[in-house]
Amino acid sequence: MARLLIDKDVCTGCESCVPACPFGALSMKEGIAVVDDKCTFCGACVDVCPVSAITLEKEEKAVTIDVAAYKDVWIFIEHESGKLSNVSFELLGEGRKLADSIGCKLCGMLFGDKEIIDQFAKEAIAYGAEKVYVMESPFLKEYRTDPYAKAAVDLIRKYKPEIVLFGATTQGRDFAGTVATTLEAGLTADCTGLDIDPETKYLKQTRPAFGGNIMATILDYPNYRPQMSTVRPKVFPMPPRDDSRKGEIIRETLQMTEDQIRTKVLEFIRGAETINLVDAEIIISGGRGVGGPEGFKPIRELAEVLGAAVGASRAAVDSGWVPYEHQVGQTGRTVRPKIYIACGISGSVQHQAGMKTSDIIVAINKDPEAPIFKIATYGIVGDLFAVIPMVKEEFKKRLGR
Amino acid sequence: MKIAVCIKQVPDTTDVKIDPKTNTLVREGVASITNPFDEYAVEEALLIKEKHGGEVHVISMGPPQAIDILKNALAVGADKVYLVSDRAFAGADTLATAYALSKTIKTISDVDLVICGKQAIDGDTAQVGPGIATRLGIPQLTYVSKIREINLEKKKIIVERLLEHGREVVESSLPALLTVVKDINEPRLPSLLGIKKAAKAQIPTLTSKDIGADENKIGLKGSPTWVMKVFSPEARGGSGEILKGELTEVAHLLVNKLMDTKFIK
Repeated sequence: MARLLIDKDVCTGCESCVPACPFGALSMKEGIAVVDDKCTFCGACVDVCPVSAITLEKEEKAVTIDVAAYKDVWIFIEHESGKLSNVSFELLGEGRKLADSIGCKLCGMLFGDKEIIDQFAKEAIAYGAEKVYVMESPFLKEYRTDPYAKAAVDLIRKYKPEIVLFGATTQGRDFAGTVATTLEAGLTADCTGLDIDPETKYLKQTRPAFGGNIMATILDYPNYRPQMSTVRPKVFPMPPRDDSRKGEIIRETLQMTEDQIRTKVLEFIRGAETINLVDAEIIISGGRGVGGPEGFKPIRELAEVLGAAVGASRAAVDSGWVPYEHQVGQTGRTVRPKIYIACGISGSVQHQAGMKTSDIIVAINKDPEAPIFKIATYGIVGDLFAVIPMVKEEFKKRLGR
Repeated sequence: MKIAVCIKQVPDTTDVKIDPKTNTLVREGVASITNPFDEYAVEEALLIKEKHGGEVHVISMGPPQAIDILKNALAVGADKVYLVSDRAFAGADTLATAYALSKTIKTISDVDLVICGKQAIDGDTAQVGPGIATRLGIPQLTYVSKIREINLEKKKIIVERLLEHGREVVESSLPALLTVVKDINEPRLPSLLGIKKAAKAQIPTLTSKDIGADENKIGLKGSPTWVMKVFSPEARGGSGEILKGELTEVAHLLVNKLMDTKFIK
């Protein structure tokens, strides 16, 4: 078991470590720092101690697997409703850099039925995959945990990739959690940064935690491979598409029968909105300040002019003014559009957790003290019912709509 | 119908602030709460029990103070609660946590349905639910926003899953594991009687031995990942620009600024 050791003779009682602990495990007792059961051995305190009184004793793990057998960077090529997900292309772009750093191949992992498989494999190659491992079966037509996990686990066990990346979508997170558990491999969720050491091939996976209030960089111990992460969509740019690229397609057979699959998709009810929050480049959101369901009318009108999606704060959703699928924030969706326009939203920490990585944030609020102005790129102090229609008319003029 | 619910104690991150001098998280006075998504999980279990009969067993893995959230679960109507706590669990990542919780559910035995929140608001991984299902060898239904039907005789469940582009209606065999989103229900408040009962209750603690855990699969030893460092995110570049002037002027200015970004097509 690991231990956090505090050298009583060295500790000066400066208290630097107490606020540094993300888990509140450190406190002062008789002028000396002490640690309690909440410690998770993250090591945050070790770095801040000015006199190096704190050390983290970790049990050395024996390397029991042949790490050298693991090579190549794999990207899970996700599709939904007959369309490839952009995050897969973004990951092919980022995967290219990782593969080049450690001198290996960039590969895709693609499952589907025969209607789509060849075309999607070609697209993955056009975006940079040198090899695509495919399994084709009517059972793999749409995502279901059982057949997809079986397919991925079999391929990974056979071909031993060094790294496997998935999009941090609902599909990717459902899928990767199962695959990693079956393989008993590490999995880091919802990464926003990836970096690789060209010598050791250790993947440094950076992700937000505590609603984006802290960032953590996570590594896999060397006796666990592959290194796997889910990566948040829209973090990495789309790589250029080149249809002249050539790649190899490797076909394997799914070793599963229909009766082994425990779930069945009965129907898919498409959302009423034509533009969904996760894919949207522009989002216009309303909060408590819109005052009621009819208050969303000007927001929807502006959204229509700009081809934007409509978001909402928790206050607006909990008041029953808009359905839950519009909620942005800690208990709703996390979004990362190019432009986020917050109307009548005060900007609580929870709301910010879902939108503060947007490229441009516009805040429209009556209250000049609203916290949303602190993170806004542009702010307008005023009544949204006066401002938004005017902004809409101005856009209509400029865009000729 | 025997239902197991997994809940986690998390800091109420509303109060989490970064100290501008030390650039670290200020934790003083931060209250601990039940992870919000887990409250929906407990409520859904209670609703199912009311409709189909059965027992609701609530589990929390964590330090001894996690007893507080288990008392809350008792107060709203859980039949049994368990604190899974042992120094040997410390430093567990999602793989080791899911393993320990799955062993606990096996210890409870004959569970028809496991319900978890979609994710915890501190770690935000959404990995423990699928991890438990995989360890138990039962199907998982994640992001559930509605239970349409439970058929105990046929051992079937039909749910709606809230995905990016809409809702997927899925049928699964039972036992199964669900992770739930906020839309699924509105958690009840505890009754006065419930609070009194919970206050007096003795909460059993299960150690790694009690759940028959393999010591190589728990805590730091059973965790493939480790945290190399934690740091503050970069603050957004400078404070924003407040556009001032007459309303028409301000609207004009904003449109100019946004058109300049080339993001509007």
